[in-house]
Amino acid sequence: MAEEGLMTKTDGDEFVVFDGVQKSYDGTTLVVKDLNLSVPKGEFLTMLGPSGSGKTTCLMMLAGFETATSGEIRLQGRNINTVPPHKRGIGMVFQNYALFPHMSVAENLAFPLEVRKIGKSEREQKVRRALEMVQMGDFGGRRPAQLSGGQQQRIALARALVFEPELVLMDEPLGALDKQLREQMQFEITRIAHDLGITVVYVTHDQTEALTMSDRVAVFNDGRIQQLATPSDLYEHPANSFVAQFIGENNRLMGTVTRIQGDACIVRLDSGDEIDAKPVNVIRVGDRTQISIRPERVETNKDRLRDGAHTLQAEVLEFIYMGDIFRTRLRVAGHDDFIIKTRNAPDQIRHQPGSMIDIGWLPDDCRALDAPQGT
Amino acid sequence: MLTADGVPLRRSLNRALRRQKLRAMLLIAPLLVFVLITFLAPIGDMLFRSVENQIVSNTLPRTVASLSDWDLASETPPDETVFRALAHDLVIATELKTHTRLGSRLNYEASGMSSLLRSTGRDVEDFGEDLSASLADLDPVWAEPVTWADLLGDPAWRAEHESWAATGQRSGAPAFQPSATALTALPRTTEIYGAFARITQEVNGRNLMRQDPWHLVAITLIEEIKADPAAAQAFAGEHAARLAAIAGADLAQADFTAAFADSNDRWITPTPWSVIALYAAPYTPGYFLNAVDLGKTPEGIAPRPADEQVYIMLFMRTLWLSLTITALCLLLGYPVAWLLANLPARQANLLMILVLLPFWTSLLVRTSAWKVLLQRQGVINDVLVWIGLIGDDARLVMINNQLGTVIAMTHILLPFMILPLYSVMKTIPPTYMRAAKSLGANDWSAFWRVYFPQSVPGIAAGCILVFILAIGYYITPELMGGARGVFISNRIAYHIGTSLNWGLAAALGTILLIVVLVLYWVYDRFVGVNNVKLG
Amino acid sequence: MKIKTLLGATALATLPLSAGVAFAQDLPACENCADSMVLMSWGGAYQASQVAAYAEPYTALTGVTITWDEGSNEAVAKMRAASEAGNMTFDLVDVEGPDAQRACDEGLAVEVDFDAVLAPGTDGSSPTDDFGASGSIINDCFVPQIVFSTTFGYRTDVAAWNGKTPDSLCAVFDLENFPGMRALEGRPKKNLEWALLCDGVAKDDLYDVLSSDGGVDRALAKLDTIRDSVVWWSAGAETPQLLADGEVVMGSTYNGRLFSAIEEQKQPIAMLWDWQVFDYDGWVVPAGLDEARMNRVMHFLHFATDTQRLADQAKYISYGPARGSSQPLVSTHATLGIEMAPHMPTNPANQKNYLVNNIEWWADNQDEVEAVFQNWLAR
Repeated sequence: MAEEGLMTKTDGDEFVVFDGVQKSYDGTTLVVKDLNLSVPKGEFLTMLGPSGSGKTTCLMMLAGFETATSGEIRLQGRNINTVPPHKRGIGMVFQNYALFPHMSVAENLAFPLEVRKIGKSEREQKVRRALEMVQMGDFGGRRPAQLSGGQQQRIALARALVFEPELVLMDEPLGALDKQLREQMQFEITRIAHDLGITVVYVTHDQTEALTMSDRVAVFNDGRIQQLATPSDLYEHPANSFVAQFIGENNRLMGTVTRIQGDACIVRLDSGDEIDAKPVNVIRVGDRTQISIRPERVETNKDRLRDGAHTLQAEVLEFIYMGDIFRTRLRVAGHDDFIIKTRNAPDQIRHQPGSMIDIGWLPDDCRALDAPQGT
Repeated sequence: MLTADGVPLRRSLNRALRRQKLRAMLLIAPLLVFVLITFLAPIGDMLFRSVENQIVSNTLPRTVASLSDWDLASETPPDETVFRALAHDLVIATELKTHTRLGSRLNYEASGMSSLLRSTGRDVEDFGEDLSASLADLDPVWAEPVTWADLLGDPAWRAEHESWAATGQRSGAPAFQPSATALTALPRTTEIYGAFARITQEVNGRNLMRQDPWHLVAITLIEEIKADPAAAQAFAGEHAARLAAIAGADLAQADFTAAFADSNDRWITPTPWSVIALYAAPYTPGYFLNAVDLGKTPEGIAPRPADEQVYIMLFMRTLWLSLTITALCLLLGYPVAWLLANLPARQANLLMILVLLPFWTSLLVRTSAWKVLLQRQGVINDVLVWIGLIGDDARLVMINNQLGTVIAMTHILLPFMILPLYSVMKTIPPTYMRAAKSLGANDWSAFWRVYFPQSVPGIAAGCILVFILAIGYYITPELMGGARGVFISNRIAYHIGTSLNWGLAAALGTILLIVVLVLYWVYDRFVGVNNVKLG
Repeated sequence: MKIKTLLGATALATLPLSAGVAFAQDLPACENCADSMVLMSWGGAYQASQVAAYAEPYTALTGVTITWDEGSNEAVAKMRAASEAGNMTFDLVDVEGPDAQRACDEGLAVEVDFDAVLAPGTDGSSPTDDFGASGSIINDCFVPQIVFSTTFGYRTDVAAWNGKTPDSLCAVFDLENFPGMRALEGRPKKNLEWALLCDGVAKDDLYDVLSSDGGVDRALAKLDTIRDSVVWWSAGAETPQLLADGEVVMGSTYNGRLFSAIEEQKQPIAMLWDWQVFDYDGWVVPAGLDEARMNRVMHFLHFATDTQRLADQAKYISYGPARGSSQPLVSTHATLGIEMAPHMPTNPANQKNYLVNNIEWWADNQDEVEAVFQNWLAR
């Protein structure tokens, strides 16, 4: 049992491997710069990033529609750089579903089976099962154009899965759906992926989607992976200012490190105030840094802060009632876009615009990150 | 349903929309009028011409009427009455110069009618010359034109005519008015003299008192008096005496049958008569029958003689060559359209310009350029000879035959295939092919099973466009096709411009139109017009 | 034949001209006349000769605007269409004799009283006599301008002929000695006569044979022997072009076209005058003109067909003037400066064998023969 587990782990850790992969379209600039990534079997990995960050290119290289300019992509230990897409056996869900409009739903699903020369009865059985899996059992005879966006999405998913691939790629599959449907589909996709035990590489620019669905998220920017981590790590411990800014809402303050002591440091803000922070990628005194604090971690109740904690004076600019939470905009250290979020509880204070309050935080929640270039 | 103020909703809506509709109508009115005048009216005229045949009954009214008793299947020509009626009609027709057109018309149905009517048209005014001479022998006054005017004309008209003549004017003579006496006593003579008077005065603009009446007038008078000598007594004075003299004189009987036989012995065979009888109706399917190599015969509708059967062959050739051209256009155009739709914008634009280039060159120039390329001493042959592929004495014949037509027309019509294909292919996202490949299809089956079916509307639109343009093509086959590479439209042009057989041209054109409409209908049934994408 | 008279007159052309003849006679004033005209002609060199010889001089004298319509190859169809529409859009139409016959037969053209309308000859002859001298009066509607011929030209550099040159019409039907493509008009007229002549029919029997049963078929059978070597033309300009390109080795066309190719463009082409067919070209006045237009047309006709104008036309194109009195005035080519007389179809050396278009036979039989021929051609 233990040995088998070990074997699976070794095998599984190396299921999909990007090894020093680079991609250039024009021969002068790199769209993907030195990508190294390995995806274990059964993992749901999301590539997250703004458009133009290289995430879709990576997916297309994996699918075989683009070729790596240098480096190697391995699937189950085999170099697939020269394997044509149709021989890779990878399922794929496209952004606009790419359901064949001239075929019925059932014909769409039967297509990958037909080209694999699977017999008629088995084919029908698999199609039926796939349709039932996505709860579309009655829609086999319809044309794609007769289905709603969500239904088309389910069919596209079913078609990518019907030939039982071990790896499924999804390229922003939920981009065209409205919010409610999207949330429902997020849940369904993860459920199915989990049930079938398949490996999924999922591309999106929607951080919520990435956080809710994935085992791990690779945040892309400028052709590089900025951080590869579990959703909670990504949110709680962003590795740099890009990730901090890209994932979730984030307050930024600029300053200079004045003292470092173990995993705590003091930062003097440009306004002159001093605050406690946790050094993440600042190394020495004098480094410029961007302080990152999540709005829900800002404390307005001094009693909850530890003794001697630094606090800042803030002027309330705006109070927004949002139902489950209150959102208050403050002017802090010369920045007037500082947001705090507080839970809507009976004892919660509703700050009046114009009033002055003191704010503070636990040093662990305040991360001193690299200063973005030009600041 | 009622609106708030109690007016039925529908009526209220209609009122609200009426203004909008009126405005829309006004906006399209100029185009509508334009289309009506320049498109629908000529088509209507064409349809009408393809069946219109009033020329026979208008030119030969008496002959047509008297032929109704004659048995079409008869082995013998009709009797003297019909010959007389034809003489009567032909005398008038030759004066009006309509017999030549009638001859041309009937010649479309039976070869020989044109020369028959033309040659007899020259002779017919002399028919009965001896009879009218014998009348003049009997009494020289009959040789005086005035005698006839006095006998048959209304006295008041005669007086008016005299006073006009006294003024010495050349034009404005009072038109002939028959006298009541003549009309009752000598109706046939009066009628034919009336026709003579009308033509002399109105058509030829001559003085009636100086023109000898047709011999036919004299012949008719003799016959009427012989048949009813009492008619003479209806007239007064010298007229009665002169007419009575005719009744008593021994004058020969007119023999029109002999006269016609003398002019052309084909008249005493049943053939020309059956042609006239068969095509006497004012509307005829004759042109359409002709257009499909059939003709009317006394025994019913039958194929035309073998050496006249040409139209079915031409229709088939037109359809076959058009199909070939369409297929070639598709074969050559599909990859180009695919490239156009899938190349990056800049290269695609360049290619598009190359595709459109022929559109910016006149059709005649392009066709002539093909002539220069394809002829025996042309560029292609020169190159082939130069590289030693063919001998100088074995140059390829690529022009003045069907090959020339096919090559040039394929080139000329290619853009009409590429553009609809392109516009459809442009809308097929490349992800379909990727999806197919990711699902395990190789390049060919991804193309054939996924891409191709989606490009079918473009194929259909391109094919129907090219095919319909091709079957109506005229200039290129004319210049490139020689005698054996021409289309039905060249034949239509020939009938419009040269043979002047407009009825047949109209019938051929109508058939072509019907073929196009039927094709369109078939296409609609199987592909669906809504699937056509032209851009 | 009256052609003889014409030939005699042409021979005089080499004599020096007497000074006075060349002047235009005084042009009478035109009362109640339209101030513009639309003339239909053939385009090309022929129309250009008309413009230079009489249209421009007439405009210069009277200020009348003349517009040209190059529609003569379908003149009868256009006249018929305009007549049916009741709107005659042209005032004067240039046609060949047979088309004039047809227009006249169908009442599409009006009769012209020669002696009342046209100018007398400079030699004092009446118009009827003057035109009659060249045999060009075909019918009462037709005012002749020129006599032209349809004849053959051949390339002088055909290697396959081994130095032989065609000296008889029948070389056209002799594929053995004179291999190569031929250009013939895609119409039956002339082709049938030529075929029968080379099938052994005597000139005087031609139309009897054609009128007899199987006569046309016999001619077509003769044409069948060369059919695969024939390019059929429809416009007279095609043959010189085909000859110049080397596409055909011999071909029929109007002699004036061949003259241009040989003398003006210096192509390696020679004339084969054997059995040339004479024809006439001239004006017809369409029926249905109002009085002012009719007056203008008659006034123009008087000027444009006088002795000097017709003689002038021969400076620009090698067609013989249709008036006897014009013949002695034929001089040299307007730009090349060569004597035109030897290039006229009526030159004695050029007409050892000739035919004159039998207008009456063709008028009677055109419809029938044309249909048979076109069917034969299409198969």
